[in-house]
Amino acid sequence: MLGNSVLTNTRRVLGALFIGLALTGTALAQQPLKIGFGMSLTGPLAGNGKAALIAMEIWRDDVNAKGGILGRKVEFVYYDDQTSPATVPSIYTKLLDVDRVDLVVSGYGTNVIAPAMPIMMQRNLTFMTLFGLNVNSKFNYDRYFQIMPAGPNPAVGWSQGFFDAAMGMSPKPKTIALVGADAEYPAMALEGAREHAKKTGLKIVYDKTYPPNTVDYSPIVRAIQATNPEVVFVASYPPDSAGMVRAANEVGLKTRMFGGGLVGPQFAALKTQLGPLLNGVVNYEFYAPDLGGKFPFLEQFLAKYQARAIVEKVDPLGFYLPPYAYAMMQVLDQAITATKGLDQAKLAEYMHKNTFDTYVGKVGFAKNGEWAAPRVMMTQYHGIVGNDVEQFKKPGRLTVLSPKEYKTGDLKAPYHENKK
Amino acid sequence: MSNTVFAAVMMAVGIALAAVTQLIPNEYFFSAAYTVLLFVILATAWNILGGYTGYVNFGSAAFFAIGAYTTVFFYNAFKAPLLVGIVAGTLVAGLAGLGLGYLTLRLRGVFFAIASLALAVVLFIFVVNWDYVGGARGAYVLQPKEVPFGLPRYIHLLYAVQLVMAAFALVVARVIEKSTLGRGLAAIRDDELAAECSGVPTLRLKIFSTMASCALMGMAGTTFPYYLSYIEPSSAFSLSYAVNSIAMPLIGGMMSWVGPLIGAVLLGSVQQLVQVTVSSAWNLLIVGVLLVLFVTLAPNGIMGWVDAWRRRKGR
Amino acid sequence: MEVSGALLANAVIAGLLLGGFYAAMSVGISISFGMLDVVNIAHPGFIILGSYIAYIVNDRFGLDPIVVSVAVSPLFFLLGAALYRVYYYCFERRGQESLRGLAFFFGILFITEVALVLIFGVDYRMVSSRYGDVTWRLGPVDFPMRLVVPFLVSMVMVIGIQLFLTHTFFGRAVLAVAQDQLALRLMGVNPVRVKELAFAISIASAGVAGSFLIVIQPVQPAIGREFIGLVFAVCVLGGMGSIWGTLLGAFVLGLAESFTSTFFGPSWAPAVSFGLLLATLAFRPAGLLGR
Repeated sequence: MLGNSVLTNTRRVLGALFIGLALTGTALAQQPLKIGFGMSLTGPLAGNGKAALIAMEIWRDDVNAKGGILGRKVEFVYYDDQTSPATVPSIYTKLLDVDRVDLVVSGYGTNVIAPAMPIMMQRNLTFMTLFGLNVNSKFNYDRYFQIMPAGPNPAVGWSQGFFDAAMGMSPKPKTIALVGADAEYPAMALEGAREHAKKTGLKIVYDKTYPPNTVDYSPIVRAIQATNPEVVFVASYPPDSAGMVRAANEVGLKTRMFGGGLVGPQFAALKTQLGPLLNGVVNYEFYAPDLGGKFPFLEQFLAKYQARAIVEKVDPLGFYLPPYAYAMMQVLDQAITATKGLDQAKLAEYMHKNTFDTYVGKVGFAKNGEWAAPRVMMTQYHGIVGNDVEQFKKPGRLTVLSPKEYKTGDLKAPYHENKK
Repeated sequence: MSNTVFAAVMMAVGIALAAVTQLIPNEYFFSAAYTVLLFVILATAWNILGGYTGYVNFGSAAFFAIGAYTTVFFYNAFKAPLLVGIVAGTLVAGLAGLGLGYLTLRLRGVFFAIASLALAVVLFIFVVNWDYVGGARGAYVLQPKEVPFGLPRYIHLLYAVQLVMAAFALVVARVIEKSTLGRGLAAIRDDELAAECSGVPTLRLKIFSTMASCALMGMAGTTFPYYLSYIEPSSAFSLSYAVNSIAMPLIGGMMSWVGPLIGAVLLGSVQQLVQVTVSSAWNLLIVGVLLVLFVTLAPNGIMGWVDAWRRRKGR
Repeated sequence: MEVSGALLANAVIAGLLLGGFYAAMSVGISISFGMLDVVNIAHPGFIILGSYIAYIVNDRFGLDPIVVSVAVSPLFFLLGAALYRVYYYCFERRGQESLRGLAFFFGILFITEVALVLIFGVDYRMVSSRYGDVTWRLGPVDFPMRLVVPFLVSMVMVIGIQLFLTHTFFGRAVLAVAQDQLALRLMGVNPVRVKELAFAISIASAGVAGSFLIVIQPVQPAIGREFIGLVFAVCVLGGMGSIWGTLLGAFVLGLAESFTSTFFGPSWAPAVSFGLLLATLAFRPAGLLGR
């Protein structure tokens, strides 16, 4: 009798304990995995920031549909950094100390990545960053990672494809003009271009910058023409990219190769506005429908993105940031799953040692956190007719010149005779 | 309260606050407070020329940036410690103010305002083209790994320094306000022609006021590169510094040293709060709307309300 | 680089065309600041507003942006009149216009910018006009229509305003109110009404100038701030209160920028403009044609 009740009691207690443990277990497992970041939702880079956010939210929904990471549902905590460096320290200290997020990633661009670095370094956090050009060269932080495919020497890797294509012309060109905006990215890109010029023996006949709020670009293009360069490398932001391309057409710029580092033509807004004016221009792109076969899942992703983009009034094509914003989250997802936790040291170690399969292909990191090899695509626009956006969703509006694994055709030179 | 007593009280309060608040565990408080204190200094500085003397300076960002870039220069050239940067930045900004004042203060007030805007643009172009301090690419100023006074993180030091500088600025403002100089400035503000006719050396006083104001604005900027570790021209010369340094004294009250303090703490805190809650463009909208509302309905700011209320009570 | 005649000629033409555009942007300030003593620092905000209205209608209906802005200018006129009313009652009447009026307009500038951001977002907007990509070439000299058409319309507008001021009753009243308000009152004209009319014209001109801006370059809400200095520089350089002065100042600035861009490096162009302004303030504050 006593034995029975003891047994029943023990069973009851054990049962209760077991249920209790199971419940706690599930409770813990169901605690959401909070990822925190600042993002440019207002300010000069807000167009890209909002596009990146959409891509990240699509990733979050995809991951949660499959049960989350390590059984935990992913949640975002984010604030608008207004594309201003001054907001960044407050945002990240709030995310870490008040909101207590489990993981942080960066916002978009050097302006908002650099101010967050001291905080990451003080707390030894693994920091995945979105498109900052060469930020880690000053900090030399071993837990910094960058999803932009510029390669271990970003300033140089950025224009590698351009100079490869230029020196592939025959006869080889001898002179080059460099021009760009007085701002962070163009300054960096021009530095890289100068190194390339030295390496390839090109003589720099024009090397000037212009202020970002220049109204009329024709005097600049005329001055460039007066030096008769065989190659013209431009590093610019969207408004001046438009201005330079327009001016090149107005002035009737005669040169063998024109373009290289224009931010802007990757987006629908400038593609449609400039339309046929872009024909013949050589420029970097991160994705084009002509590569559809090489990035199989990207098309499905882009379909989802484009549906949301139209509603939220952001870049309707999504060829620039969105695939990479998605890819960076995939890298983190795989790292967390493989190391079975959020130990920052283990994450960093894993990310340095492995390559990842993402929507933008295989991703591997060099020692300084940049991509192991540069993969900035250099393309030449052609066949653009009129100003409608649908033509850009299909292949045939550009030729991919480099890198070799994605090449679809050769450079057509000179620029002024190939503007169709 | 005499000036020395006030100074002592202010310094004591500043140091006490700095010490006590070190106990707050989360770092976000220090980061946000640093920004609010930055605006306290900026608003107080602007008010010396704006509220006391009646001359509007649209180029606050220029002097703020001078302070910041002087720090960068000394960091690049000599790896100088923070204190050197602070002193140098304040002096250089003061000299720039002297230059601006000398050029334009013999003209009407409105020309000074436009010239201050023009100076901001010229300085911006100059900095953008000056590669030694980074130019358009920006400059990196790395926080030292060893934090002095055994404080846990560098932001705690920056916060404490900012607190002390804010106390200093308030003391300077009050000293000027209560002195003969201050009365001369008030005379200039109310009617410059009459003041000149009464024997007030208007040009000299205006130039001094400009120098003091600009020097303090530079001081506000000296720790900024350390706070961000990265500084580039567009954000250093951001027009939001100009707007805030006008809006805050206006809202707080331009007649005394208390006004800018209230305005900066109030508006600065609201902005910090909005940034991490509602976020986005509403921040700037709030500043603009508040500015317009206060300037039309409450020209003397919050301190004006307080004074009016006190007067009514006294009757 | 070889300074060819063609390069020089093109620099001159580009400078003049640019100057014509600057004149359109600044004529409003010449009136409000030069003649009425109202430091309307929100003027560029209204220019951008005009750009966006031209953009909306052009985007939706395909109408020419400049035509749109001219058609819409009565709305800007009314807006300007209303704004002046507020300004007058709150500031001028109380004699506090210098500091507080300034702050008031600063706030208005910010509110217009942020409102545009909230409605349109921060992406750059452009218009498509039939002449946007056309360039006439006369020998070695280029005349891009993108600059020529705004230039021509701007000249019409500026000269029209000048004629209005010198040849009509109300116009001359505006000139009078700038000189002696009391005398005007004694002659039976309400100076407040006159100033309201003048301010309204200045805002209307801003609206039209906005369409020029968006024809010439892409526009986003924040770029208004970049033009504050420019428009005041033009007026001060040319001489306050003189429309011909504004025109001259605009051409000087346009040429200075064009020459600096072409021969020395575009990076320094704004510094040259503002350097000129500071020099004017230091040595000849009345400006080139000022009283």
